[in-house]
Amino acid sequence: MRPTTEAELAEAIRAATGPLAIRGGGTRQIGHPVMGEVLETGGLSGITLYEPGALTLVVQSGTPLADIEAMLDAEGQMLSFEPLDMSGVFGVPSNSTIGGVVATNASGPRRIQAGACRDLMLGVRFVDGTGEILKNGGRVMKNVTGYDLVKLMAGSYGTLGVISEVGFKVLPRPETTATVVVHDLALADAVRAMAAAFGAPFDVTGAMHVPETGETLIRIEGFADSVAYRADQLTNRLAVFGEVTRAEGRAPWDAAQRMDGFVASDANLWRVSVKPSDAPAFIEALGADTQFSYRLDWGGGLIWVASASAPETLHGRLQATATNLGGHATLIKGSDALKAKVPVFQPEAEPLQRIAEGLRRKFDPRGLLNPGRMG
Amino acid sequence: MEMPVPNKSVIARKSAIVAKLQAVLPQGAVISDPRETKAYECDALSMYRCPPLAAVLPATTEEVAAVLKVCHAEGVPVVPRGSGTSLAGGALPTEDSVILGVARLNQVLETDYENRFIRVQSGRTNLSVTGAVEAEGFFYAPDPSSQLACAIAGNVGMNSGGAHCLKYGVTTNNLMGVTMVTMEGEILNIGGAHLDAAGYDLLGVICGSEGQLGVVTEATLRILHKPEGARPVLIGYDSNEVAGACVADIIKSGILPVAIEFMDRPVIRAAEAFTGAGYPDVESLLIIEVEGSEAEIDWQLGKITEIAERHQPRELRVSTNPEESAKIWLGRKAAFGAMGQINDYMCLDGTIPVNELPFVLRRIGELSRQYGLDVGNVFHAGDGNMHPLILFDANKPGDLEKCEAMGADILTLCVEAGGCLTGEHGVGVEKRDLMYTQFSEADIEAQLRVKDVFDPAWLLNPAKVFPLRATESRRVA
Repeated sequence: MRPTTEAELAEAIRAATGPLAIRGGGTRQIGHPVMGEVLETGGLSGITLYEPGALTLVVQSGTPLADIEAMLDAEGQMLSFEPLDMSGVFGVPSNSTIGGVVATNASGPRRIQAGACRDLMLGVRFVDGTGEILKNGGRVMKNVTGYDLVKLMAGSYGTLGVISEVGFKVLPRPETTATVVVHDLALADAVRAMAAAFGAPFDVTGAMHVPETGETLIRIEGFADSVAYRADQLTNRLAVFGEVTRAEGRAPWDAAQRMDGFVASDANLWRVSVKPSDAPAFIEALGADTQFSYRLDWGGGLIWVASASAPETLHGRLQATATNLGGHATLIKGSDALKAKVPVFQPEAEPLQRIAEGLRRKFDPRGLLNPGRMG
Repeated sequence: MEMPVPNKSVIARKSAIVAKLQAVLPQGAVISDPRETKAYECDALSMYRCPPLAAVLPATTEEVAAVLKVCHAEGVPVVPRGSGTSLAGGALPTEDSVILGVARLNQVLETDYENRFIRVQSGRTNLSVTGAVEAEGFFYAPDPSSQLACAIAGNVGMNSGGAHCLKYGVTTNNLMGVTMVTMEGEILNIGGAHLDAAGYDLLGVICGSEGQLGVVTEATLRILHKPEGARPVLIGYDSNEVAGACVADIIKSGILPVAIEFMDRPVIRAAEAFTGAGYPDVESLLIIEVEGSEAEIDWQLGKITEIAERHQPRELRVSTNPEESAKIWLGRKAAFGAMGQINDYMCLDGTIPVNELPFVLRRIGELSRQYGLDVGNVFHAGDGNMHPLILFDANKPGDLEKCEAMGADILTLCVEAGGCLTGEHGVGVEKRDLMYTQFSEADIEAQLRVKDVFDPAWLLNPAKVFPLRATESRRVA
């Protein structure tokens, strides 16, 4: 099914008698596989409203992400949360839709400073599991009218409703980008260096650590003179950690947004959210007996783990360690056979599971929308 | 304004209910004497008053859970209260309700500069959160005008904003985790020191739910390092249209000021008379503040000046030092008090798309003439969050009703212009009956379903946010 209007989408869901597998561009195959009729959102495409002077964008959910980014770029603006492009990881064409970005709350390196996808969302329209068209939020930046279901829809993987339209706050694209690179730091020192960068008044907009190259990358953005000044200040402060160099331009961050060269085609991929200073203990706890590679983003608060070997064991350790330290681990890429054996999303505490189940039953009483996707 | 008919059986059982509350709380934590419960009869929307059945002041999450278990078992509605600064009547009690005040939950539990968060009990005041971390150079960004008094519990309940949220976001963008007690007395921990909570974004739903989903007892809040400095520029224009165009051009230029504040002539004159801040007598005044090092501030203010001058300002004054900055902010910070000197006023809180500013201001002027009530406008122009102040005389029969009718017209105008009823104050009882101007029956029903999940008995702050007719079957059942 491929509805081309919100009304058709509502009709399709109302008429459905069995499970629906909701699909945007098919570039984020995250979660347990759903057996059901495919409901594609790609037909719901187009810009509803774009007001650069009000930093406001409203788009239909099936609009290609690439189209949106090109349109914003022409006005010198951007989606400031840097939506991740997962197509390379999954080895599929780069057809991401904005609805898929929202449904997975996919946020890149700038999340640490500008907020996640959910923080920049102003409003949603969606169709619930009964076929009812609903709206929440709107197109203005400050809105506390009623409950915030906009955030509930972000990252709900299509299990509470099928998104038809989304409003965003967009931001000016920075004129200049510089990266302060600290070289050859041990993991614990890298995390400390990133914390030192955030603990200074220089408005850092990204902090990654890449063990393979031994680089710890700190990003500064804005107008040229200001970037130069802040990069100098940071270079001075970070010199105590090791050798510091400077790189100009967006290249390392664009590469991170696409996860270039990190996940081999036969590797599984996990995403871990922890308190940044817990990152070294987390990596330590995975054990020397398992082979894996990792990267840190968000100053250590986001750990990507890739590995082709012993996936079940590693998955168990990742989720157990996240539970111990406070946080969670999600299997992002893995075979259906692996997903059949493990919980892709980290199980939550019992009372929260009960609330989640209660919400699912209210918004999708017939259990039609991506059933089982989140476990 | 209509409130639900109080439950007579609850009122008749008052002494038994009070005894049960006393049994689970320390001495002095239950207030039931009518002379003392009167202190809890209203919040900052003081035109509506009703003393509660009792008020309780628990000092721990466990005590909050014990209170809620008693009230749940007895079928007693509970109205959570932070510091009682709500302008929307969020903490207005009913005769059959227990006020649950969090004022004694005021401790800092953890500060972590490496990971940049602070964990506090929810009764702590907004300003004292920053107070706890500023010695290390950090601050908590959301800064509602009432920040000296308002509690984090209320900030979370209403998803409060402030003057600086153009750059730093509102409460929901700075809230990392909560401990919350459900009406059934179950303690939930959601999110925490890591950046993203697992599963559905329950934290996002709880923030701004006006105390209807649970009682938040602890909050983990993001703290940020202070910028090196900040300075404003003051710009006066002869028309609101031109001032609005100037704001749009600045936003489009790529500069992101921390605040863009707007005042119109009635407010400028009142603020000037009250404070002597040296404001020019113009139609509209902008205060735009930027942050950074001295050189960065100079550069940004230079660029803003360049844009502002294209629109031919009547006055343009760049602050060069802290004294000048304080003087520029003086009138703005005292604006509400200054208007209060002139008359009683009602403060509205609608948000509109920034590009609709001139149109909405013109329509408000027309409504002002139509109703015969003066209006002053002072608001956060960068994000379109308006605060029209309608002046009225509380002692003049019929004036309050006229003022409320005009307020409803202005808020409806905000919605029609593509905006919303409330940007940072919340719906409470004040805007409850206007919800259908913004939402369809189905949109409201979807929100009620969320409350059904968290509070199936509909006992937590039940008479707020939604029109009473929408919630009646649930409240009475």
